[in-house]
Amino acid sequence: MRTLSAYVHIPFCASRCGYCDFNTYTAAELQRDGTSITAQTYPDRVIAEVNWLRQNNDDNREISTVFFGGGTPTMIAANNLVRILDSLKQTYGLAKDAEVTTEANPDSVTKQDLETLVAGGFTRISFGHQSSAANVLALLERTHTPGRTWEAIRDARAVGFEHVSVDLIYGTPGETDEDLSATLAEVSQAYVDHVSAYSLIVEPGTRLAARVARGEVASPSDDVAAHRYGIIEEQLTQLGMTWYEVSNWAKPNGECRHNIAYWRNQDWLGIGPGAHAHTNGVRSWNLKHPAAWAGRIDDELSAAADSETLTAEEMQHEEIMLRLRLREGLPLTALADSGLAQAKLAVSQGLLEPESFDQGTAVLTFQGRLLADGLVARLWA
Amino acid sequence: MSKAINPPTPGATDPKIIRNFCIIAHIDHGKSTLADRMLQITGIVDPRHMRAQYLDRMDIERERGITIKSQAVRLPFVADDKQTYVLNLIDTPGHVDFTYEVSRSLAACEGAILLVDAAQGIEAQTLANLYLALENNLTIIPVLNKIDLPAAQPEKYAAEIAHIMGCDPDTVMKVSAKTGIGVEELLNEVVKQVPAPVGDPDAPARALIFDSVYDTYRGVVTYVRVIDGRIPERDRIKMMSTSETHETLEVGVISPDPVSSKAIGVGEVGYLITGVKDVRQSRVGDTVTLAARPAVESLGGYRDPVPMVFSGLYPLDGSDYPELREALDKLKLNDAALVYEPETSVALGFGFRCGFLGLLHLEIVRERLEREFNLDLISTAPNVVYRVVMDDAKEFIVTNPSEFPGGKISEVYEPMVRSTILTPSEFVGSIMELCQTRRGNLLGMDYLSEDRVEMRYTLPLAEIVFDFFDQLKSKTRGYASLDYEPTGEQASDLVKVDILLHGDPVDAFSAIVHRDKAYNYGVAMAAKLKDLIPRQQFEVPIQAAIGARIIARETIRAIRKDVLAKCYGGDISRKRKLLEKQKEGKKRMKMVGRVEVPQEAFIAALSTDDSVAKAKAK
Repeated sequence: MRTLSAYVHIPFCASRCGYCDFNTYTAAELQRDGTSITAQTYPDRVIAEVNWLRQNNDDNREISTVFFGGGTPTMIAANNLVRILDSLKQTYGLAKDAEVTTEANPDSVTKQDLETLVAGGFTRISFGHQSSAANVLALLERTHTPGRTWEAIRDARAVGFEHVSVDLIYGTPGETDEDLSATLAEVSQAYVDHVSAYSLIVEPGTRLAARVARGEVASPSDDVAAHRYGIIEEQLTQLGMTWYEVSNWAKPNGECRHNIAYWRNQDWLGIGPGAHAHTNGVRSWNLKHPAAWAGRIDDELSAAADSETLTAEEMQHEEIMLRLRLREGLPLTALADSGLAQAKLAVSQGLLEPESFDQGTAVLTFQGRLLADGLVARLWA
Repeated sequence: MSKAINPPTPGATDPKIIRNFCIIAHIDHGKSTLADRMLQITGIVDPRHMRAQYLDRMDIERERGITIKSQAVRLPFVADDKQTYVLNLIDTPGHVDFTYEVSRSLAACEGAILLVDAAQGIEAQTLANLYLALENNLTIIPVLNKIDLPAAQPEKYAAEIAHIMGCDPDTVMKVSAKTGIGVEELLNEVVKQVPAPVGDPDAPARALIFDSVYDTYRGVVTYVRVIDGRIPERDRIKMMSTSETHETLEVGVISPDPVSSKAIGVGEVGYLITGVKDVRQSRVGDTVTLAARPAVESLGGYRDPVPMVFSGLYPLDGSDYPELREALDKLKLNDAALVYEPETSVALGFGFRCGFLGLLHLEIVRERLEREFNLDLISTAPNVVYRVVMDDAKEFIVTNPSEFPGGKISEVYEPMVRSTILTPSEFVGSIMELCQTRRGNLLGMDYLSEDRVEMRYTLPLAEIVFDFFDQLKSKTRGYASLDYEPTGEQASDLVKVDILLHGDPVDAFSAIVHRDKAYNYGVAMAAKLKDLIPRQQFEVPIQAAIGARIIARETIRAIRKDVLAKCYGGDISRKRKLLEKQKEGKKRMKMVGRVEVPQEAFIAALSTDDSVAKAKAK
């Protein structure tokens, strides 16, 4: 039996960062698009979608993890985040030990907000810190002031958040090894039990992509990113953290269970514009624009834009693609004979751990984590 | 307008009123437009049916503004003397690759209009064709076209033409084919100056084939100029080079659509259809006679087309190989110069080694294969034909660098050309420098006018095939023009350079080059491949070697990272599809030893698109 999680998308940001291609909007953009959706009117629509989903789907599972992502979830009032969580409790019900996370921008969250969230049932908070280096933040067009993150983390701990995470971006053009090490040194001083670190990807259509295309900004280098990944691995290991997924490190019991649910290919609801869901072998995704999404909600219709029912082969592909990213690994039984042969070859190439392989699991080595995509395609063979 | 009311009947036309002529012109100098005006003035095309470049049949011709296949059109014309004449305009192909076809077209004429753009002056190819026409004793009528253009310099270029031809500048006619100015006068001059054909109507028939075209419905349509006697319909004809006989199912003239007739008579130009399906059975330059009363002597000048440039053509998708074979078999029906035989390449799979008259011929064939037969092709870098003589006197003819023999080589011979370059005088220095680096030998140079120079060089054809034209154009800001013709072979210090990927030679990248240039070729190719081949999970050396000696090396460093992008729940479908797409892409990768090489890398590394694109713009 797969577990059920819930992802709630909050599509608002104070401003759009130059590298970001997520489904998020500034107030000005929404106004320009002529929609009545605002941070104030949005929560009721979300609650309506939760209710609609529960009424129209025969699913009696309790929700084991909830994740509010964005955008910037803290762009809507803390009590509204709690109201949305309450609606999930009232419809599906939350498991007793449920993990409830929200992403947060250190700049848009006050200590009072944090208190409201903890009181309302939030157990985990993830701050988008990205980097402590001013030149990197400038290139990313991030607005927050670096010191603010550590203050917010102290507040979060003080009000009773069990788990605190920070998001980092590395490999930004202009970033030096020292910039990254300094950021990690600050992380080591903070009371966090989880770090997500992503290499900067230049996504098509972003301002950053345009600047790279014009030659104003160098293209991020894979070699540099690989080197920096090594720095992160080393410094986080010294902090007592271990990788549990290629881009995520945690102290014991600090792993994000919601995150793990994705990689274990469990089920989740997708709530909000553009949110993706995975339930019973079907992947579906909501209409992307908040106005279009809200129109469906107001008409009491499904907000899904489309869905795909996975074929057996696609399911196998996803199982391999997802589970291979986890430190707990991929059971070799998931592989066809040709895939198994590739796995054996990958062991000899230093991409998979030999001991785990002998015990029936494909587990990436350090080098394998850097080259996982190519390996996934080979294991599909 | 001087439309003939009762045009003379084909097969019964007095040679005295016939004028056979062609137009010698550089591309873009307005030959097709002039032909259009002639069709209009003589009234044989209804104005409502007129379209630009009426005589150019193939799409490729009209698009590129070049005439690949010649055609003859019969124009009844009432001249100033009120007499009706029959003007046969024989269109000539306008490119260096087709010199032989041009020479046969010229041999079918008594006169030629030398058409020169009044804003550009004469070009090398036009000059070469002019010399060819003079060798054939044609009467030349020099004409400046585009006199309506603001940039026209008719006096200057009239003087230049007069200098070349040794005539009075005042005799150079000035027309605008676009507006029609001077075209009727020009037709009258053709009547006055071009001699009527002289032949013996009672002698055994002899007709020169100057073109041969395959038509899907009619089979091969053969264009002939009758020199002696007459060719009737429903008679047995004989091809004098092969002694093959066929029946004439139909004969006629083109005016401008085919009009069948009882016969085509002495001095006339027309077509004949025998039902044969392959242009090789009706070859340009051959003499047609009647089987019942054959001529003893052919008209002479026939020669088999000789491929000068070879390239491997491979289907991008290996499963298209049978389609490629079928397409080549069909194209061959219409192209007597195209030769091919199957070959296999480690890198590219199954394909054909094809021989062409030159670079443009190659590009035309390739484009027709892609366009008319819907094939995606890779063509290997074009090369010339080498003759390799071993120490033990054994000989090899090498049309593919990978077949270059190992062992003790005594001499390697390569084909040479005699080239003519016309250029503004300011570029003489840079052209000399270019020709020198291309192993050229200066034969001489002449000033055509104060600021235009004709330079003559012998050059290895291989150098011309390898981006010479590009270089010439770039060093002369596009002003120089080039023409060349084969002049035999020469022994040269040539070596084969192999390219090794991770220690394995890649046949498609081998090249035969002069020893002095081997290093440059090796370095350039290795560098090119380094950029084109994606990084692998291991380090890949790229080496260039002559035999066992490595002359250049590059290294593709091992890939270090291919992952670590953020991938949250919503990205899963997208990421799966992305990886699936990448995996699909890998299926199209060719394995060279352990190295995965994307097909695009082969295409890009072998690409000659640049040089050919410019060559076809000549």
